[in-house]
Amino acid sequence: MNFDPLIARLRAGNTAALARAISVVENERPGFERLLAEVHHSLGRARRIGITGPPGAGKSTLVERLVAAYRQAGQRVAVVAVDPTSPFTGGALLGDRIRMESVALDDGVYIRSMGSRGSVGGLATTTREVCDLLDAANFDRILVETVGVGQSELDVAGMTDSTVLVLVPESGDGIQTLKSGVIEVADLFVVNKADRPGAEQLRRDLEVTLGLRRRAGRQADAVLWKHPVLLTVATKGDGISELIAALDRHHAWLLESGTLQERRTRRLLHRTREVVDRATRRWVWEEARADQRIAERLEDISAGRVSPYEVAAEVLGGLKQGERT
Amino acid sequence: MTAASRPIRVLVAKPGLDGHDRGAKVVAAALRDAGMEVVYTGLHQTPEMIATAAVQEDVDVVGLSILSGAHMALFPRVRQMLDQMGRPDILITGGGIIPAEDMDQLQALGIGRLFGPGTPTAELISYIQSWASEHLEA
Ligand SMILES: Nc1nc2c(ncn2[C@@H]2O[C@H](COP(=O)(O)OP(=O)(O)O)[C@@H](O)[C@H]2O)c(=O)[nH]1
Ligand SMILES: [Mg+2]
Repeated sequence: MNFDPLIARLRAGNTAALARAISVVENERPGFERLLAEVHHSLGRARRIGITGPPGAGKSTLVERLVAAYRQAGQRVAVVAVDPTSPFTGGALLGDRIRMESVALDDGVYIRSMGSRGSVGGLATTTREVCDLLDAANFDRILVETVGVGQSELDVAGMTDSTVLVLVPESGDGIQTLKSGVIEVADLFVVNKADRPGAEQLRRDLEVTLGLRRRAGRQADAVLWKHPVLLTVATKGDGISELIAALDRHHAWLLESGTLQERRTRRLLHRTREVVDRATRRWVWEEARADQRIAERLEDISAGRVSPYEVAAEVLGGLKQGERT
Repeated sequence: MTAASRPIRVLVAKPGLDGHDRGAKVVAAALRDAGMEVVYTGLHQTPEMIATAAVQEDVDVVGLSILSGAHMALFPRVRQMLDQMGRPDILITGGGIIPAEDMDQLQALGIGRLFGPGTPTAELISYIQSWASEHLEA
């Protein structure tokens, strides 16, 4: 399929075209990688910010406030809100827009909800590529909201410039378990619902934990980012300007320390591997008609006449040998 | 393993000023359980908000629950806005307390089938599914 007209309309700011291009990528329709290749050279302008944390922490409410603040500063903002897909039905209920009503009709705002689809964590496999399209569509800020389940905090950190972990006073009990993994990938911490008791205590606990980690730190002091812990009341807008300022400071630090370049290079490495991986899978499953051939042998496998290993070898043996160097 | 089929995307909204959204939520959950991706936008949605969300979300179907009696104004307005925004292909369906002659008239204006209160959600689901198999690329 020729995507040139779609790309031209997308760049010209046509929302329906942008929305369709995102679907092409999300559905991995034939040629979607060519579409991404086309826009690749114009990327890098947008700042990508991940907002993650447990369900109900106030992420969407916070996103609405951030969008409004960025809009006041004249920036164009895109939001990608990912919610889990049911592994049983493939369906998903995407309800984050409910909390973003006040910015929904603003021309400079684009909001897109995604199901996590085949992926296990809170992120869809194509979310980072969807962000590329938004970058190409000239948004200045891209906010990615994901539910913090399983590996998804790590995933979102791998695809954004800055990662914000949103907690609530009630998260205090879980702070011990938080230490492994999640704390390492977050750049900024927000204790939302600070109108409830325990927020200040959680902030102190987090700061102690972060301080200990800093003292044991592996990075040189000069490039060390001092993770801020901010209190917010998203429903009232309290603490939002401080969060915006902290995100700006983080961006400046990313630039100065060379970390931004490092992160973007790491993303590109990851991306390239992913494209190869996807192509390999497609090649094996389609070229070898693997599903069909497995289905043909299923009865034999089930009856014990042949083992899964032998059938797998049959399937792979049917592949044309690729070119070897 | 291959990305052969994709979920049908549906926007469920409750326009107008009336009451609660229990019915719309039940419908949203039923569509999700039928394997669809449901963008739920909640109460008090204006036609402009509904059409804007539908375009941004690139949905295939818009489902509206209208109990206020304003169906003759709201359905055509959403249709008109979607057409203007370049999405005449989106199916608009939904339900509410709508007299049969109104349903006919709305259908003539490019609205899909509408369902009365108490219709089992299974009927809406199979309507959307058969519409999708006819109108959407695989
Ligand atoms: N008390 C209080 N409630 C909040 C605050 N921020 C969000 N909420 C409420 O928490 C609930 C979940 O918010 P939502 O943004 O949907 O959370 P998400 O699941 O993390 O996206 C909603 O009822 C919000 O109104 C806050 O700062 N204080
Ligand atoms: Mg949310």
